Amino acid sequence: MKKIKSPADLTKLQEAAKQRFDPEKPCIAFCTGTGCLAYGTQKLVDTLKDEIVKRNLGDRVYIRNTGCHGFCERGPMAVIYPQKIFYQKIKLEDVPDIIEKTALKGEVIDRLLYKDPVTKTKIVKEDEVPFYKKQMRLVFGMNGLIEPTSIEDYLAIGGYGALAKALHQMQPQQVVDEVIAAKLRGRGGGGFPTGWKWDATRKAQGEPKYIICNADEGDPGAYMDRSLLEGNPHSVLEGMVIGAYAIGSTHGYIYVRNEYPLAVKNITLAIEKARELGLLGDNIMGTDFSFDLLINRGGGAFVCGESSALFASIEGRSGEPRAKYVHATDRGLYNKPTTLNNVETWANVPLIINNGSAWYAGIGTEKSKGTKIFSLVGKINNTGLVEVPMGITLREIIYEIGGGIPKGRKFKAVQTGGPSGGCIPEEHLDMPVDFDALTDLGSMMGSGGMIVMDERNCMVDVAKYFLSFLEGESCGKCTPCREGVLQMRKILDRICEGKGAMEDLDTLEWMGQAIADGSLCALGGSAPNPVLTTLRYFRDEYEAHIKDKRCPAGVCKALITYSIDPETCTGCHVCARICPTQAATGEKKELHTINQELCIKCGACYESCKFDAVKVS
Amino acid sequence: MSEMVTLKINGRQVQAPAGSTVIEAARDANIHIPNLCSNPELEPYGACRMCMVEISHGKRTRLVASCIYEVSEGLEVKTDTQRVNNVRRLVIELMLSRNPKHPRLLELAAQHGVEGTRFEIDVRGCILCGQCVRTCREVVGVSAIGFESRGTQRRVATPFNESPAECIACGSCAYICPVDVIPLKEKDGVRTIWKTDFPMLQCRSCGRTIAPKRQLEHFAKITGQSLDDLTKSCVHCR
Repeated sequence: MKKIKSPADLTKLQEAAKQRFDPEKPCIAFCTGTGCLAYGTQKLVDTLKDEIVKRNLGDRVYIRNTGCHGFCERGPMAVIYPQKIFYQKIKLEDVPDIIEKTALKGEVIDRLLYKDPVTKTKIVKEDEVPFYKKQMRLVFGMNGLIEPTSIEDYLAIGGYGALAKALHQMQPQQVVDEVIAAKLRGRGGGGFPTGWKWDATRKAQGEPKYIICNADEGDPGAYMDRSLLEGNPHSVLEGMVIGAYAIGSTHGYIYVRNEYPLAVKNITLAIEKARELGLLGDNIMGTDFSFDLLINRGGGAFVCGESSALFASIEGRSGEPRAKYVHATDRGLYNKPTTLNNVETWANVPLIINNGSAWYAGIGTEKSKGTKIFSLVGKINNTGLVEVPMGITLREIIYEIGGGIPKGRKFKAVQTGGPSGGCIPEEHLDMPVDFDALTDLGSMMGSGGMIVMDERNCMVDVAKYFLSFLEGESCGKCTPCREGVLQMRKILDRICEGKGAMEDLDTLEWMGQAIADGSLCALGGSAPNPVLTTLRYFRDEYEAHIKDKRCPAGVCKALITYSIDPETCTGCHVCARICPTQAATGEKKELHTINQELCIKCGACYESCKFDAVKVS
Repeated sequence: MSEMVTLKINGRQVQAPAGSTVIEAARDANIHIPNLCSNPELEPYGACRMCMVEISHGKRTRLVASCIYEVSEGLEVKTDTQRVNNVRRLVIELMLSRNPKHPRLLELAAQHGVEGTRFEIDVRGCILCGQCVRTCREVVGVSAIGFESRGTQRRVATPFNESPAECIACGSCAYICPVDVIPLKEKDGVRTIWKTDFPMLQCRSCGRTIAPKRQLEHFAKITGQSLDDLTKSCVHCR
């Protein structure tokens, strides 16, 4: 392809890209993000393609392999354009009907529609599904429209227009000022104002200046950065090139975990395509601005998401943080001025340049602007990625978008901010979600993990889980994090075994503060959060474990026994069939019992009993 | 002469060269800040967290490791606040859980009112201050040893836990170790360190043992002298 040398060249290509598609011709857009691929979507797409070839329908139906649509709970899924019909939980045998009925005749297949669990009505269009309705998908919305492997698709939706505007109509400082005025804050965890970071790097002494995209997403249950890189890699690239122009950087890196093969593949391809079109490399879009970037695949260490450890890793050393108390904007990668922003932050940049800072700053709360993508997981009906404006309440996210807690159980807490975030109880659900509000609650925005917990989650056990994760991910350089987190976890082990003492709670609180104060990097600095917040909001659960030797949620094995309630047991025999140690026994249609000697407290009977006859005490 | 800055440590005005660290400024002013991983001969490292101090610059107060935090004009440092002492006490208790008996740690504990550790003891000896690894790399210049694994599994080791190919048996690691956990033995003209026997060379004048052959070869290489020159006489007979 010919290189783009001017904004006019770009417009021409964008127009040509738009012309490739007949908006009236049906298009089946399958979600082929990693989540849906795990459901077996690839086979569906292949079958669909075969069918289309077999029936010679190539010129009547398009198929598009898009990135993640976000509603992961309901995969495999597809949206059929132009009507925007939303099909979910698609099976192989549905393929002929989708072509025959929907694509060719525009008929809706009732069985593939999403049924609203509250109103029990079936919903035809994607944007009328409650999960999508309340969202504001500015950054993530394009994922469902375009093929991530096609730069033409990105151009067709106006892609690289923001770059053209920045390069040809704005001075670098103007771009920086625009991002400052938009009040964009880093989506990676810290929430540092992005524009200030750019400004500091721009003004720092030293050449070359580096910009880096942090795609070392490692929080358990969080995958928004992966899905963005997989589904819309050019939006991240465009943001980076604009940033490089603003900062005066010539070299960039994308630090992405090697465990994200599809993201690596798609971003690699995107870089190649952008180079071919002259959107990366020398004299971008015919200007004298040159910039190029490399991909650095991380080895999967959580701590490498921390800036100085990430730099060490790129430099070829082991990924350990160094606290120099010097900002990366002055001395970062190879001791040169460096701006490090995460995937989502970069993807916000083209939006700001296209629509202006005033528009952007109009969304959100006073100090947190724009939208945030959350990974809504755990005990929630609608698992998936949701993009919402800052300032929305946790209750709206959990109940209106997330559809509430499955099986009618009671909400207990939501854990935000990844493993070192905190657990927020029911009483704070009406708090508007922004960087500062979450920090005030003892938790944090983090990169946007949101794990919902119900009455069957033991908060001591939850704290122990996150602490164990951090213990395994600590680099081991500084004492408080390496040894302190280990010892905190050991105390929690004891409490969960019913061997805790009330003094342990004071020790935990005291240690938590000292570890936060004394650790070298943010990993250790925030590692005690899960313990401190659960102690703050769920102290009674800790006390029940210690004083009454009781786990109220029925989780901690040493403190519970399972039994069968004679009143409710119907003798359905499910528990006996599922019990791995033959502890649950009984004749069909008669009362079953659990032999405590044999019971290993795996909870299989408890989970499987349809009549809630298995009791835990 | 580099530019001097004025800062306050525990209310006392102190002058220090710009670019130096708080612990260096304190040392020059005879103000003691306890530490286990800081060494004037080594690059600042900031791992043990014993040397934490509370600083304020204007209104903001926070804790920093004085061994890596650089001085600046108008900086106020407090080395002995409650918050600082909490971190130090925690660090001491945590170190004692790895090494409950070393006199140096016990002395630090006594100075900070720590009467032993509340934590589960798992004797490892090494407190991972990294002085051995850093000395080997920065002072000796051979990098024969390094860290292995991460997190709670982290330990000092030779590559692949084999006889260290680069080791010159100089013994600096054992010498610098604050808790004496690197065994070094010398017997019958052989030095044993890192589970490896290193033959030593004798002085050709008096016959006394001088140093391991590998170490003398290393000296020969960096000084340009021959091994013969280096063994002609020794400190005892020179």
